[in-house]
Amino acid sequence: MLVRFFTDLRAGGVPVSLPEFLSLLEALEARVAALSAQEFYYLARLALVKDERYFDRFDRVFAEHFEGAQQVFEKIVAELPPEWLRQLTERLLTDEEKARVEGLGGWDKLLETLRQRLREQQERHEGGTKWIGTGGSSPFGNGGFNPQGVRIGSTAGRHRRAVKVWDARDYRNFDDGVELGTRNLKMALRRLRRFAREGAPEELDLEGTIDATARNAGLLDLKLVAERRNAVKLLLLLDVGGSMDPHVKICEELFSAARAEFKHLEYFYFHNFPYEKLWKDNRRRFSVSTSTMALLRTFNSDYRVVVIGDATMSPYEIEQPGGSVEHWNEESGRVWMERIAAHFPRLVWLNPEPEERWKWTASVEITRQLIGNRMFPLTLQGLDAAMRELKHPTSTKTPGAVPRAGRDS
Amino acid sequence: MANARFTGTERYVATPDLMMAVNAAVTLARPLLIKGEPGTGKTQLAEEIARSLERPLYEWHIKSTSKAQQGLYEYDAVSRLRDSQLGEERVRDIRNYIVKGRLWEAFDSDVQPVLLIDEIDKADIEFPNDLLRELDRMEFYVHETRELVKARHRPIILITSNNEKELPDAFLRRCFFHFIRFPDAQTMEKIVRVHFPDLKKELLAEALGTFFDVRDTPGLKKKPSTSELLDWIKLLLAEDIPADALRSDDPKKTIPVLHGALLKNEQDVHLFEQLVFLNRRAGR
Repeated sequence: MLVRFFTDLRAGGVPVSLPEFLSLLEALEARVAALSAQEFYYLARLALVKDERYFDRFDRVFAEHFEGAQQVFEKIVAELPPEWLRQLTERLLTDEEKARVEGLGGWDKLLETLRQRLREQQERHEGGTKWIGTGGSSPFGNGGFNPQGVRIGSTAGRHRRAVKVWDARDYRNFDDGVELGTRNLKMALRRLRRFAREGAPEELDLEGTIDATARNAGLLDLKLVAERRNAVKLLLLLDVGGSMDPHVKICEELFSAARAEFKHLEYFYFHNFPYEKLWKDNRRRFSVSTSTMALLRTFNSDYRVVVIGDATMSPYEIEQPGGSVEHWNEESGRVWMERIAAHFPRLVWLNPEPEERWKWTASVEITRQLIGNRMFPLTLQGLDAAMRELKHPTSTKTPGAVPRAGRDS
Repeated sequence: MANARFTGTERYVATPDLMMAVNAAVTLARPLLIKGEPGTGKTQLAEEIARSLERPLYEWHIKSTSKAQQGLYEYDAVSRLRDSQLGEERVRDIRNYIVKGRLWEAFDSDVQPVLLIDEIDKADIEFPNDLLRELDRMEFYVHETRELVKARHRPIILITSNNEKELPDAFLRRCFFHFIRFPDAQTMEKIVRVHFPDLKKELLAEALGTFFDVRDTPGLKKKPSTSELLDWIKLLLAEDIPADALRSDDPKKTIPVLHGALLKNEQDVHLFEQLVFLNRRAGR
């Protein structure tokens, strides 16, 4: 039964591996958990789930698995279509149990009894706030903690508290849907590391020591230098809303990866194309914003700029003053983008849209030319190429440059 | 393996799932990874386990510059070099220059120790990977002396993380994982009672009410946590503030007294003032 739980967890998107499952079994064997659902839940979560992001998924699978087909059952409460229940039980019951069902007078009789019992209970509890577990005799198991049991409602007797724990789904907020991909992204971002010796000298400078010792006629003279640290400064400009909605996930991943990797990281949002204003908080974007000129003044040219956006819009939004979909912009997006590109020589644009689709959208082509072909797809390879570009700028910066692939030298 | 079970201490309120986590980690001698909001007592947990199970505690606090090797041992080549210049006798034995790290000390302990690896996420992204074998087999090799150091008793290892960096899968697979949830009102009351047994009932109720109100303020940069609540109550007691002072119906007083203990930056204080002001206006 636990093997099915294991496969269900994997199917439910909880990354569980075999050693973890084995350690759960080991813990069960060592009697770490007493024989109660509550304890088993805690133990399983402890051994199998390694990130609070997955707690919610785990809770759902756990509930589904151990509550039997509760969700299905709630739906059929009104009518109890026999077909549903039969399918359900076909799937859930063992042959032996099926035989017992037959022994109780077959499906129709059984359903009739169940329906009656449910009705009785509703009457007794004045329209009942929640379903009450059936008592005892039905093969739709309750009582015991039988995974194959069909339980009615979630307040069944002695497991009351246990049920509450995973039904509460307290960890819903943590399930931000960010897969473990951020580690890969981080590894790609590391390419951008540029080490510099800053801060207190605490590392032995071997060259310097040898040199100084030799000058000191062989008497040891230690020289220390500061440790090398990542000194790259990064400015992220992120497109939000509208056509970017399908790409929110990958952008979040990239953002969280970047935030962990760089000490000097600043980020601003824009909508579709950067104009005279950018903002840091999407909820308060209309009240609290930063002017792009201030941004250019604040961050000097050694910041690397990564723009993330699909650049998919009407070409007017780039080319025309007043072209923005949100407000009246005095100067066109092209002017602003050129200013940004001129101020930050090291700039790339990451586009979450698949590369082969770029040429079908005029605005993507315009943007690409505007930033000197430094647009890369938001994939691991694309990110890698973009980081190389940031490290050693190779592209020509004049608009309308030759395509990247065809360039020699 | 020891059969002692951890059930919290008189100074530390443990929820059932936390007890389970600790006991499972102790029984199976697996490292236990603890995450949770700052100020929910992650680090304190190790001290309390060591105290209640009467085990020695070794603490290894990780910084951004920490290397995995430092936890095992360091070879102090520099002082050996210097000694050799001065012609000291001890220079002949390399053993004199091997400085034991916290992990080695814990491995050497006569009874099963508790080892705390605090804030592992502060270190470089590769740091946990460098400890895989050490945590798995509880042994490592000292290259300089060609000896294998094995743990005499598998230590109870507690690892805390603040989620600043993601930990590698291979590392996570070797740990048990527990997330300390922010305590609900009931547990919080218990925790406060443990720390301030003589606290007057009404002050406690008012303080907790105010505290959870502050925590529920949307958009706070840093939500106040358990440790901040305890500090705040300590302040309230020290200043001898009566319970009804917290029931701030007085329109002039916009935010709770001594809020500095709860809200840690001026934006939060400002935001909270604004919200309270708006609420009051809406209430009129």
